[in-house]
Amino acid sequence: MTRLMVLLLIAMVALTGAGLLLGEVPLSAAQLVQAFTDPASGPHEVLFAIRLPRTAAALVVGAALGMAGAVMQGLLRNPMADPGVLGVSGGAGLGAAAAIAFGLSGAPGAIEGAALAVALAVGALLTVLAARFREPETLILFGVALSALLGALTSLVFNFAPSPVTLAEVFSWLLGSVANRDWGDIARQLPAMALGAGLCLYAARGLVALTLGDEAAALSGLPMTRLRAAAVAGASLLTGASVALAGIVGFVGLAAPHLVRAGAGGNPGRVLLPSAMAGAVLLAVADIAARVIPTDLELKLGVMTALVGAPLFALIAWKAARNWRG
Amino acid sequence: MNPILTLRQATVRRGGRPVLKAADLAVRPGELVGVLGANGAGKTTLLRAAMGLARLESGSAELGARDVRGLSERERAGYAAYLPQDRRVGWNMSAWRVASLGAPFAPAAVARTRALAALRRVGLGGLEDRGVLEMSGGERARVLLARLLVVDAPILVADEPIAGLDPDAQLLALDLFRDAADHGAAVLLTLHDLALAAQFCDRVVVLSEGVVVADGPSTSALRPDILASAFNLEGRLETGGASPFLMVTRRKPQP
Repeated sequence: MTRLMVLLLIAMVALTGAGLLLGEVPLSAAQLVQAFTDPASGPHEVLFAIRLPRTAAALVVGAALGMAGAVMQGLLRNPMADPGVLGVSGGAGLGAAAAIAFGLSGAPGAIEGAALAVALAVGALLTVLAARFREPETLILFGVALSALLGALTSLVFNFAPSPVTLAEVFSWLLGSVANRDWGDIARQLPAMALGAGLCLYAARGLVALTLGDEAAALSGLPMTRLRAAAVAGASLLTGASVALAGIVGFVGLAAPHLVRAGAGGNPGRVLLPSAMAGAVLLAVADIAARVIPTDLELKLGVMTALVGAPLFALIAWKAARNWRG
Repeated sequence: MNPILTLRQATVRRGGRPVLKAADLAVRPGELVGVLGANGAGKTTLLRAAMGLARLESGSAELGARDVRGLSERERAGYAAYLPQDRRVGWNMSAWRVASLGAPFAPAAVARTRALAALRRVGLGGLEDRGVLEMSGGERARVLLARLLVVDAPILVADEPIAGLDPDAQLLALDLFRDAADHGAAVLLTLHDLALAAQFCDRVVVLSEGVVVADGPSTSALRPDILASAFNLEGRLETGGASPFLMVTRRKPQP
């Protein structure tokens, strides 16, 4: 494990602690002691049934988005790529919006299931395209078209929403949040996330080969068709499961790889795990900020990350433009 | 000796237009073959067809007497190392890590040792830890050349390997390819410098509008009528010295 990863791990542990201690309702020292000593107490309930699963959800969603972002950037050789660039987030959003509009929000796991199902369908289509087309530009163009179509279909759901309440529910879900997530919610998404992470790590050596372009990679001897498909399938699983668990949370997948890339020697394969850890840290920080910033209504996680992420995105674009100019 | 790289009547079409027309090519171990031609003559397509990267409309491409389409990715890489024309590097990895990409299956320590040796051969000893995106275009081209030299394959194929290099580096690169051929590799290069091609290559293949119009020693393949028809140049090849010397006098007068 590198020094960078050790530092990130320490940050994750510290943020888990902070996630337990910080919240809308401040707990006194006596209540904290009670939380750890009396499993039947209210403070115990707050810490271990509300705050801990919420923090865990932020960590796993951040990790999944961080790794998916790093995979997309490596696959497309594009520092501006993020987990949503090929339309998987849009697919998950459409699935969730449709489930809410069809009145399924009362059924446990229905929204999450619909989000994951549509994300996986989009991911399967992209996996086939990635195996068929070698050039990243082609995949990006398909992704842009797919995102536009899925966005239009989500707008259609808004258009035909049966009531303003439904509309508000869809809208609120799409803004992203890990509030009120329990261990069951997390456990339902973990298999898809674990499989996605496994596929991404398998594809890592292909991402490294792609550093020199598609044709050099094609002659590297590595099974590039399979590795490219694994990268897309893995990133789709991670993204779909993340959106299913927390709604659409932007910019974490974009920013996390950039924060750790230099520490990983610029290597697009070695950046995957640090990106996952950086994503976990970023989202845990954003979630704690959303909890403690005093507002009448709690800030949504997607809003929080976008507020910080959009200027960061502009900074990356500015730095990239400077590199292009030389 | 039997050819290790063969194209037979290879035709490639792009955008409905044939860009390589019934091309024949055979490269044997120990040969350094230069592919020459004006811009758009089909040089890169010829290399890509030989590597199985361009779909053949008709004809065949063989590596080691096996149809390239029937080779697995690993088998194909076992036969040929390829340096594409595109010199873009996606990420700012260190020079030695980029060079070590030529040995993806070797243990990390072995790949590093081979990468460092190759970097020294291309004159970049001491720059092995520098990020490739912090290097000049010429230095980066040398790193990519080092990556090619790290590959352990009997065929070396390079698309414009000396483009953008300073004169000393051009001669260094061609010396390295000459050395590889002298040690038994089959080397196939595209070049724009006709004089250097005449000096270094055992054989040159001249393409014009997708057609192989000459294939042989530079003394025969770069004769005045080929220079005029394929390159729009007036000149002649002097063969009196230690190595052939191409004297280009002017552009062919336009009718």
